[in-house]
Amino acid sequence: MDDNAAIKVQAPPVELERVPLVANQRGIGWLSDQIAGVVEGKTPGWWKICFVISFTMMTVCFVMILYLMSTGVGVWGLGHPVMWGWAIVNFVWWIGIGHAGTLISAILFLLRQRWRTSINRAAEAMTIFAVMCAGIFPLIHIGRIWYGWWLFPIPNSFSIWPQFRSPLMWDVFAVSTYFTVSVLFWYMGLIPDLAVMRDRAKTKIRKFGYGLFALGWRGSNRHWSNYEKAYLILAGLSTPLVLSVHSIVSLDFSVSQLPGWHTTIFPPYFVAGAVYSGFGMVLTLLVPLRRMLKLEDIIRVRHVELMCKVTLATGSIVGYAYAMEFFIAWYSGNPYERFQFFETRAADPFILAPLMHIKPAPYWWAFWTMVTCNVIVPQFFWFKKIRTTMLAVFVLSILVNVGMWFERFVIVDISLHREFIPSNWNYYSPTWVDICQYLGTFGLFFTFFLLFIRYVPLIAIAEVKGVTPQADPHHPLGGAKIGGGH
Amino acid sequence: MPAPYAIMAEFETPAAVLHAAEKVQETGYRHWDVFTPFPVHGMDRAMGIRNSKVGWFSFIGGCTGYTTGMLMIWYMNSHNYPIVIGGKPMFSPFYSFPPSYELTILFGSFGALLGMLFLNRLPRLHHPLLKNRRFALATHDRFFVVIESTDPKYSENETRRLLETIGSKHIEVVEE
Repeated sequence: MDDNAAIKVQAPPVELERVPLVANQRGIGWLSDQIAGVVEGKTPGWWKICFVISFTMMTVCFVMILYLMSTGVGVWGLGHPVMWGWAIVNFVWWIGIGHAGTLISAILFLLRQRWRTSINRAAEAMTIFAVMCAGIFPLIHIGRIWYGWWLFPIPNSFSIWPQFRSPLMWDVFAVSTYFTVSVLFWYMGLIPDLAVMRDRAKTKIRKFGYGLFALGWRGSNRHWSNYEKAYLILAGLSTPLVLSVHSIVSLDFSVSQLPGWHTTIFPPYFVAGAVYSGFGMVLTLLVPLRRMLKLEDIIRVRHVELMCKVTLATGSIVGYAYAMEFFIAWYSGNPYERFQFFETRAADPFILAPLMHIKPAPYWWAFWTMVTCNVIVPQFFWFKKIRTTMLAVFVLSILVNVGMWFERFVIVDISLHREFIPSNWNYYSPTWVDICQYLGTFGLFFTFFLLFIRYVPLIAIAEVKGVTPQADPHHPLGGAKIGGGH
Repeated sequence: MPAPYAIMAEFETPAAVLHAAEKVQETGYRHWDVFTPFPVHGMDRAMGIRNSKVGWFSFIGGCTGYTTGMLMIWYMNSHNYPIVIGGKPMFSPFYSFPPSYELTILFGSFGALLGMLFLNRLPRLHHPLLKNRRFALATHDRFFVVIESTDPKYSENETRRLLETIGSKHIEVVEE
């Protein structure tokens, strides 16, 4: 240690000090104990209650699929001209939620945002489960589910091939790639932590189970070197992937000719909306979890605050996109576009419809719910007081996802229900099957998420250790056994 | 008594193990490694590890993915069973780009993960170090320098002395 004394490293001035990522000067070992303790400890009562509820709801999901399969898509509220109902709304909604996980794990990694380490594991798990929920809908909405394999390029004696000129086929490739790569990325991040669990295991079953999936990871630096490079590459590949997935989802709409769908700003607008809703979901999940699992020192108020800022930024992009849609509808001079936006979406019965001397839009309430939740709600995050009040963040984060669900409803169903010819118009309402199917996917999502927090370390242990000050051998505290204030 | 696999020296801080690694590298050992709960900054340089080759696996995977996508779509929609749809061309690099792009990423990601595992010779569920109880701390909060007995410079006394002078408080021989 003598030659280290020659290098004098000065601590930064007080005003430049950053809030440490792990609070209370916790040591490296403490991080293992605390995070692995969530998995090793007794099953909490709230977990059991939540699990029973989620499992029941998941059963509802499968029963509804069975009912749909045995009866036909007529059990849903679909009817001409609205042939894409809640199934597509829910598909886009769930897949959008997934986007925050990849943004946190890949883009924030490339941008060297070290605070991501406390939340990336849970957010990636959220991504995987959300994409699973999303994947159900396009599969079952085809009605005859047993023909689902037609979507995949499987050689067959009839030479029936997928038709790649359709954006729907691009979607199949985008979503399945997204799911697979998210799982790979998540699993790769898990390998060192599964080794932690293996080395701590007290029972034979745990030692075997975690040991098997840890693949014999030993923490060798020669391994870390390849591992870090592979992680960087996966982050680099996931970044264009996550941007492409929701872009391609948006092409399902924008490549068509329908007013309200045929919009060139859809790809960036959808991606921003997806990240916005995803961060909403991460906040909804982690704000209560950090408290219930006593992880406040690792997922700090600062982390929540930073997530709120991302929500504010992406929410404002979404608000800008809404405004731009209206501007272009007006500026284009196209009467169908103008009709779609001003008379079919925005005309509420109190102010706009009387002002414009028109009948109120049938779904004005859906449009204004969307605007309230997606344009006004995120603006509360300008205030530090709100960003640091956990209850307020929790409530607002739920409103974010209410708003984003309505956004997809507005885009998919309002655009469809009034198109070019008035004789083609209809009002669309969901049936109880639509509603139960949607609620059922929550059951699926939360069942998997609860199993995840119970059996897998929900925070990347090795990564959080790596961002503590005492983990850096060149830091003044590099030799310290406990962390410092910086 | 089983043959020794290696000598293992324990350190308590990243700074200590980093300096130890520099010394071991200077002394000229070749079959040795450092085990840490997280990647320690600067350790690759201290150990003289060159840039990882994972990138090549990923690159080859990505090229394969893109070619597969383009060829697959050309074969299916333009060669094996061409159908005119909306007057669009039978094959065009534009409509076949999005699926090929996704396959590039898919195969590239598999290349990165599998390449990493291949270069690390994982999975390997049975290893002399994993049998050692003390070594379990390598995933907790301790740092280990391990010099294998297959190293040409390995000698139980000399190596142990070196590790002692570097400052390790706990040194033991790991059995095969």
